[in-house]
Amino acid sequence: MLSRVAERVYWAARYLERIENTVRLVSVYDKLMFDLPKGVGIGWYNLITINSAQASFDERYKVQNERNVVKFLLGDDTNPSSVTSCLKFARENIRTSRDVIPAESWEMINELNLFVCENLQQGINRSQRFNFLDGVIKSCQQIQGLMMGTMPRDFVWYFMKLGRNIERADMTTRLLDAGVRAQLQVWDDHDAINGHQIVWGNILRALDADQSYRRTIRASVKSKQVARYIIEDPAFPRTITYCLSAVSESLARLPNHKLVLNELEDIQQDILKPIDYSDLGEPMKELLNDIQLDLAAIHTSISQNWFTNQ
Amino acid sequence: MTNIWNTYQCEDFYDEVMSSPGVARKSAEKLVSYFKDLSEETVESHRKAAESTIKEMGVSFTVYTDNGNIDRSWPFDIVPRTISKSHWDKTAEGLKQRLKALNMFIDDLYHDQNIIKDGVVPAYVLEQSANFRQECMGISPPFGVWAHICGTDLVRDADGEFYVLEDNLRVPSGVSYMLENRAITKRILPELFEEINIAPIDDYCTNLFETLVALSPRKIKKPVVAVLTPGIYNSAYFEHAFLAQQMGCELVEGSDLIVQDDDCVYMKTIAGLERVDVIYRRIDDLYIDPEVFKEDSQLGVPGLIRAWKAGNVGLANAPGAGVADDKVIYAFVPEIIRYYLKEEPLIKNVKTYLCYDETQREYVIENIDKLVVKPANESGGYGMLVGPHSTKKERDHFVQLIKDNPRNYIAQPTLALSTSPTFVGKGELEARHLDLRPFILQGKNVYVTMGGLTRVAMTKGSLVVNSSQGGGSKDTWIVD
Repeated sequence: MLSRVAERVYWAARYLERIENTVRLVSVYDKLMFDLPKGVGIGWYNLITINSAQASFDERYKVQNERNVVKFLLGDDTNPSSVTSCLKFARENIRTSRDVIPAESWEMINELNLFVCENLQQGINRSQRFNFLDGVIKSCQQIQGLMMGTMPRDFVWYFMKLGRNIERADMTTRLLDAGVRAQLQVWDDHDAINGHQIVWGNILRALDADQSYRRTIRASVKSKQVARYIIEDPAFPRTITYCLSAVSESLARLPNHKLVLNELEDIQQDILKPIDYSDLGEPMKELLNDIQLDLAAIHTSISQNWFTNQ
Repeated sequence: MTNIWNTYQCEDFYDEVMSSPGVARKSAEKLVSYFKDLSEETVESHRKAAESTIKEMGVSFTVYTDNGNIDRSWPFDIVPRTISKSHWDKTAEGLKQRLKALNMFIDDLYHDQNIIKDGVVPAYVLEQSANFRQECMGISPPFGVWAHICGTDLVRDADGEFYVLEDNLRVPSGVSYMLENRAITKRILPELFEEINIAPIDDYCTNLFETLVALSPRKIKKPVVAVLTPGIYNSAYFEHAFLAQQMGCELVEGSDLIVQDDDCVYMKTIAGLERVDVIYRRIDDLYIDPEVFKEDSQLGVPGLIRAWKAGNVGLANAPGAGVADDKVIYAFVPEIIRYYLKEEPLIKNVKTYLCYDETQREYVIENIDKLVVKPANESGGYGMLVGPHSTKKERDHFVQLIKDNPRNYIAQPTLALSTSPTFVGKGELEARHLDLRPFILQGKNVYVTMGGLTRVAMTKGSLVVNSSQGGGSKDTWIVD
């Protein structure tokens, strides 16, 4: 497999995953807005902070309100992480690796692109937002499903799996971060007990993890347990632990993987050393930040080992 | 319901579908009666379906001048163009004959040049040829074949006969659109495929793959075949990706390949270097190897020609094959066929005036308003003059160009290009001019596509069908 192609399919998978998770991120705050008591201002700007996009947001917008944040995340072409930008990059990567991935995935990403172009305004306006977000997630899942069902488990597949899981782990840390920040604000603003449950319940729902959480934990939604579940559960496919083991499995299938795999194993051990969930404030934010740095380091090693060799 | 054919005018030119107003040609009878019975709404929904299918399939091409808009959807007309199988079979034989002779001609030019010694083709043609590659002298590619993939443009004149307009022997494109057009038509007009015997075309990629595999210098079970593309900004990138995908081989860019000291070509893979046996290159000669040709080419692979000369890699088309893709050589093709094959050409050439010849040049300059003037080595419809549609200023400009460089220009009479019904508005069919580009493969065997890519000049009265100049296309049916 060509190094260049490996790099493109890896990024195609990352961008697809980023599209889906950016939409999930918006949906958390969208849902919170309905559930939280009136008068609790949820800070939409949190969604900018957790993506470390303050500088480019502030350059473009004066007001840190819902509309601008949503527009920035979904439809702003000058934001390289917006849904429309990711879609552009994903399309370009798929377009240029059509010889190795199912032909229908190119048709489907075009369909998704048309859907987003035609309905973007719905996503930005509040009244039809659910339909838009739901449509994008379904479309992403359709593409994933196509790949699951038709791709041979060869190098192409494992590079895509690598990209998907690294991106997913990263985005899960950001979703958690969004929860942590929302919770802090609820604490500041209002009667917090009920508020916490609403925040963490929505985080679970945004990950489509509420059902499996209940079946696994068999207890009501409590902040510490939710955080532990999202980081440590080995079975649910969007948790950090799960994603890292998927990365590890993929690495093991690739040629000359030893160094990168060793590095990943060190990180896995480091992350999964007993975590203290007693304070979901600053210490948790720091932990999530560390995980993001570790993931970036793994990405760099993958890139050096397979994409830019020779 | 009004019959859509009632207002269709076809008397001015040879029409591919209607023989006279309201009367369909035999090969198109079922097609015509199908559209007759359709309501305007159904036709509209077919057109919309085709449009959205094209968008979904991402069938696109690129126009260099479209800044910032690299993909343009492929303009497609839903009414297929039909040709009877018996007529096509004869044409296909003629195309095979032509490519065989052209390959013998190229091989001769790079060896003994007997055809020039025997005075059949004048020496000046070769001396001033833009695409003759001195570097290729004495090389003997497998089967004596230089042009493995050829796209020959055919037009039908008022007499209903096919004429060859030009042979594209460098990196002809369009075959993916031919295949995609069929895929689209199958989706929107499935009923017709049950009723009509339409020759399938989808064996092209298999035949191309076999042609390429046969060029492998290593006689191994699975030679590594790669399609070499200039990259995503090339207008035919869609096609390069399409062909690689259909053949299951690697799509590579110049930077993916490296020629090592053993004169073998390798590609950079995730597991290290892997040897490449055959390259279907879609990059022009001059950009293919900076060691030999343009030094500053970023698209090519340094050492590629070295590897090819050493017999360590197969290249299709072979470098230098473009020497026969020259409109002056074109004028000699009938003689070339007679010289090498001792046969009469089965398909005619269009009458061609060579501006290098003084008498012919004078005729061209005097009659420039009636002629089409073409540069000898351009493709894509660039740099030509259609006399009857030109302004005085344009004509004067061309007269000067001809005088400055007579070898580089030829002229042909304006043909009464055939037409075919094309939707130009809601429920409105009008005749539009078209041509046909079949693809011919030669390696161990010779193969011709069933039909080819039909290109349509979408503007009323226009004769320019190139996609880069606003042309569209249609599915082409060879009907038994």
